[in-house]
Amino acid sequence: MPNDSKNSSHHNEIAARQAALATLARARRDELESMLAHLAPLPVAGDLRPAEVGLVMLRGRTGGDGAPFNLGEATVSRAAIRVEGGATGFGYRLGRDVAAARHGALIDALWQDARRRDAVEAALAPVRARLATEARTVRAETAATKVDFFTLVRGED
Amino acid sequence: MYVAAKGGEKAIRNAHKLLAKRRRGNKNLPSVTLEQIASQLSLAVDRVMAEGSLYDTHLAALAIKQARGDLIEAIFLIRAFRTTLPRFGASQPLDTGDMLVRRRVSATFKDLPGGQLLGPTFDYTHRLLDTSLATADQAGEVDDQANAAPALSDAADAASKMPRVTDLIGAEGLIEASPVDAGGEPFDITRAPVSFPVDRATRLQTLARGDEGYLLALGYSTQRGYARSHPFVGEIRFGDVEVILDVPELGFPVSIGEVQVTECQMVNQFKGSAAEPPQFTRGYGLVFGQCERKAMSMALVERALRWQELGEEPGAPAQDEEFVLSHCDNVQATGFVEHLKLPHYVDFQAELDLVRRMRAEASGKPAADEMKEAAE
Repeated sequence: MPNDSKNSSHHNEIAARQAALATLARARRDELESMLAHLAPLPVAGDLRPAEVGLVMLRGRTGGDGAPFNLGEATVSRAAIRVEGGATGFGYRLGRDVAAARHGALIDALWQDARRRDAVEAALAPVRARLATEARTVRAETAATKVDFFTLVRGED
Repeated sequence: MYVAAKGGEKAIRNAHKLLAKRRRGNKNLPSVTLEQIASQLSLAVDRVMAEGSLYDTHLAALAIKQARGDLIEAIFLIRAFRTTLPRFGASQPLDTGDMLVRRRVSATFKDLPGGQLLGPTFDYTHRLLDTSLATADQAGEVDDQANAAPALSDAADAASKMPRVTDLIGAEGLIEASPVDAGGEPFDITRAPVSFPVDRATRLQTLARGDEGYLLALGYSTQRGYARSHPFVGEIRFGDVEVILDVPELGFPVSIGEVQVTECQMVNQFKGSAAEPPQFTRGYGLVFGQCERKAMSMALVERALRWQELGEEPGAPAQDEEFVLSHCDNVQATGFVEHLKLPHYVDFQAELDLVRRMRAEASGKPAADEMKEAAE
């Protein structure tokens, strides 16, 4: 059914954009700057809303999986831009680096341009690789501290 | 009664200059950087974030530096800062089941799926001072475990999702289920005044930002018999959890980064009732950063506060909701205690007059009018 396939491609597109936004939120500012350098020439972009710092209330769940409660806030930077030609890009990230949030918003706008998407995805790849390596390192470090109770069996015949 | 005191501007200015000088310390030594504080005094930073109720490592490090290492003063600075920022919204509830686990232990289940992962812990250290840390630079001597154990990484990759212990015993029905998410907005103590009694979400929010020492003492009191509930650590886990925010202008949720949290699932004794068979009950702790002592204390106190719901006898300090929650905020507490050192000359003058009058009445002589005044 044409409608379903259209819906599903729309969902795939949202999922891919969410993945890009998640990577942009975790990219360091120097990584974003080098991405922008690779993506040059850049379109003219104006602020839809000035980049700003604010708070997000982080919630937890009672017992880990139950009713939500307010745990405490976190600083968040956000930016919204519009590039010449119409696409709007958004940047949301933990912390107070508004310049990085604005870079993220610009890259999000570029990602929405079908002609640029492959280049943006390629530029995201090194950040994704770094994040994966960091997570793998944490897992390896932690795994090395795994308690093996079977080694505690007394050495009797 | 509060009466404005005038004067002292020059003295105050000079006192603050002196404070800045003392904060800087020996000028022959380099000034400590925020990066050094954040990376080498990370547990102090975590405590400031938890009790300041604001997750931002860089800001917490700045607050610690400015406060000369006085953590409650640093927490005060963080609380003051947060009031200057607008709120963008609330995150989706953090999924601690989907954590990048850096530590995870259970005192109740030896062979839990995913294993016991000690992580960076003080447990099992001998608490002997390590004089090698006294030398200026010992970076080269730290064993880089990541490089030493690369072979582990593949196996570790596979076990990324770790079920919570409470889910495991929960499956048998031996432990009470978490309260159901009815879809409502949880009460927010930073937005509305609290009136007692409060719901569990309000307690958890209050305890999560409460003073570690205070909660430790109250938690300890429950172990010593004041509202004893036979606690076991079902699980403690510490690691990175994803923060997901619904962004209205986008129309879909966005992952905006990770925060570190410590979660404690305390498993306590069962009672059961006519309606419910005996089962384990639970206390819950969740705290920003690696704050294990705090998460455990929070879980003990949270459990003690549930006495009414679980049909237990009241009477212990840790069960007194209004008392526990009204005094656990160290910024409020320090504000009220420390205000006593500010000028109270006029109040005291009134008390002085009163005590003189009482003494005069007791001795039958009239009060001397020419007494020196305390107020200048």
